[in-house]
Amino acid sequence: MVEKRGWPNVVIHLILIFVAVLILVPMYNVVLISFADPGAIAKQAIYLIPTSFDLSSYKYIFSGDTVFRALGVSAIVTIVGTLINIALTTIGAYALSKKHLPGKNAFLVGILITMLFNGGLIPIYLTVKQLGLINSVMSMILPLAINTFYLIIMLTYFRTVPEALEESAKIDGANDIQVLLRIVLPISMPTIAAITLFYAVDRWNEWWSALLYISETNKFPMQLYLREMLVDVNKMMNNAYAASMASEMRNTYPEGLKMATVVVTMLPVMCIYPFLQRFFSAGVMIGSLKE
Amino acid sequence: MLESKLNGAKESPPGTKRTTNIVAKHVWEARYLYILLLPLVAYYVVFHYYPMYGIIIAFKEYSFSKGILGSPWVGLKQFESMFSLPQFIDVLKNTLILAAGRIVIEFPIPIIFALLLNEVRRTLTKRFYQTVFTFPHFLSWVIVSGILINFLSDSGVLNQLLQYVGLPKINLLMEPSSFRGLLFGTSIWKEMGWGTIIYLAAIAGIDPALYEAASIDGANRFQRMLRITWPSIRSTAAVLFILQVGNIMNGAGFDQIFNMYHPGVYEVSDILDTFIYRSTFYEGGSFSFSTAVGVFKSIINCILLIIANLAVKRMGQGGLM
Repeated sequence: MVEKRGWPNVVIHLILIFVAVLILVPMYNVVLISFADPGAIAKQAIYLIPTSFDLSSYKYIFSGDTVFRALGVSAIVTIVGTLINIALTTIGAYALSKKHLPGKNAFLVGILITMLFNGGLIPIYLTVKQLGLINSVMSMILPLAINTFYLIIMLTYFRTVPEALEESAKIDGANDIQVLLRIVLPISMPTIAAITLFYAVDRWNEWWSALLYISETNKFPMQLYLREMLVDVNKMMNNAYAASMASEMRNTYPEGLKMATVVVTMLPVMCIYPFLQRFFSAGVMIGSLKE
Repeated sequence: MLESKLNGAKESPPGTKRTTNIVAKHVWEARYLYILLLPLVAYYVVFHYYPMYGIIIAFKEYSFSKGILGSPWVGLKQFESMFSLPQFIDVLKNTLILAAGRIVIEFPIPIIFALLLNEVRRTLTKRFYQTVFTFPHFLSWVIVSGILINFLSDSGVLNQLLQYVGLPKINLLMEPSSFRGLLFGTSIWKEMGWGTIIYLAAIAGIDPALYEAASIDGANRFQRMLRITWPSIRSTAAVLFILQVGNIMNGAGFDQIFNMYHPGVYEVSDILDTFIYRSTFYEGGSFSFSTAVGVFKSIINCILLIIANLAVKRMGQGGLM
């Protein structure tokens, strides 16, 4: 079908290109500043074309061990957290996907209720405290061990696995756990990989649990470290001068250092992104909506 | 021997005993599934249901030394002090205005862009746009606020550009009058692309024959968009709409606001969640009071979810329940 591509096409592309520029330029500028020499920034009216290349910001942030430690904490939280996430989500979703599981609906309702209601900030905080997890790395992992949304996606997926596959193994005397490990898991790898990546990004991006439960700075993950650097202002909440200080504080850290830290913090996500993207059109995310 | 006994037991006793036996048999057959379910149940009980029990401290005067059970009951005192707090009305107002703004301003944007992206015929170009638009979704608000503050600040690129063309500087980050607009704009910046994915998936499911038939009948591009594409994503939009309305008290966007606001803009951006956090962890406020505010939030949410679901059902879009 050949079609005339007149002005509507031009308008559509102009809008899309404009938005793309709007999204790319701020990120591009961050990278640029992180590699720039402060003198070069001051000289140019608009710093959008790189005129200097300077690694001093990076040298500085990697000179102490704070950033390494923060990266280490983030790495532990991401690796251990994602493993726990995917293990609990997979086995839980598999069990719940079985039609013949007595009490299945009660479990499902119980899980869905938690999407609508939760104890709220303070009761959850008190729970974590009672468990003795304050200032423990596990406080950034266990309270978020299952994402209900991802659980439902997995569950929806497992329902599509043909029962005949499992029946034959059952006849050979395998139990449900063996069926899951030997038959279902191998054929479910694409979905599991997708959910794993989503979990990994979530764990890497986690700052809120850290802010709540971690007060020892040597256990700060990268996100919280960055946050402290960017918005020191919040620490001076009670200060009457806080508002006026806000603008000053933004200049206490040299811009280059902040931006280099931003780049370091977002780098892992950038590396994972191409793999994540493959799963967008797979429609994995839409499954949950049809519930 | 044993086997025949079991079979015999299954056949002979009539009525209730038999059904309990059958249930017990099903449960026993599913024993391995229950083992698999165990960690999940433990998680939801410990981190979701047990904290729900902690809600009772909203009706108590909680103290660390006495614990949840030992603290004295005070009835609705916490709720009374919540409503008598002068800031409370402002905070509630901000929460509702921002959440409503998200629905009115931000909600339609992904739909519009999904329709626009759908008009891009070349797959590579389309993928390029999608790649760019969706990326910010995967960054945390900590990072995004870092990026956007750098871009919008007094010495940022935006102001450099304005200066360059001879316009006065604008300091969006500091100005209470524009701060809400900034919140909407930056949230669109981050989440718009991600929002389009679900609609594009729905669009991908449309039968191409519909478009061909429409073209043969002389429908132009815009008409096809309006008469075919939009109706097929309307139910998806309806479900997302209910979810957003039902989450209005959480929908004001805590993560974003918490990483972008500062005392200078509290008057327009302090929402219930930020208020609870600050009053508890910065100002050493009572845990019971904060929990009461949280309970209040859940109740409003629940009412709105029911209303939204009814409204969408009336509009003939199915609804959730």
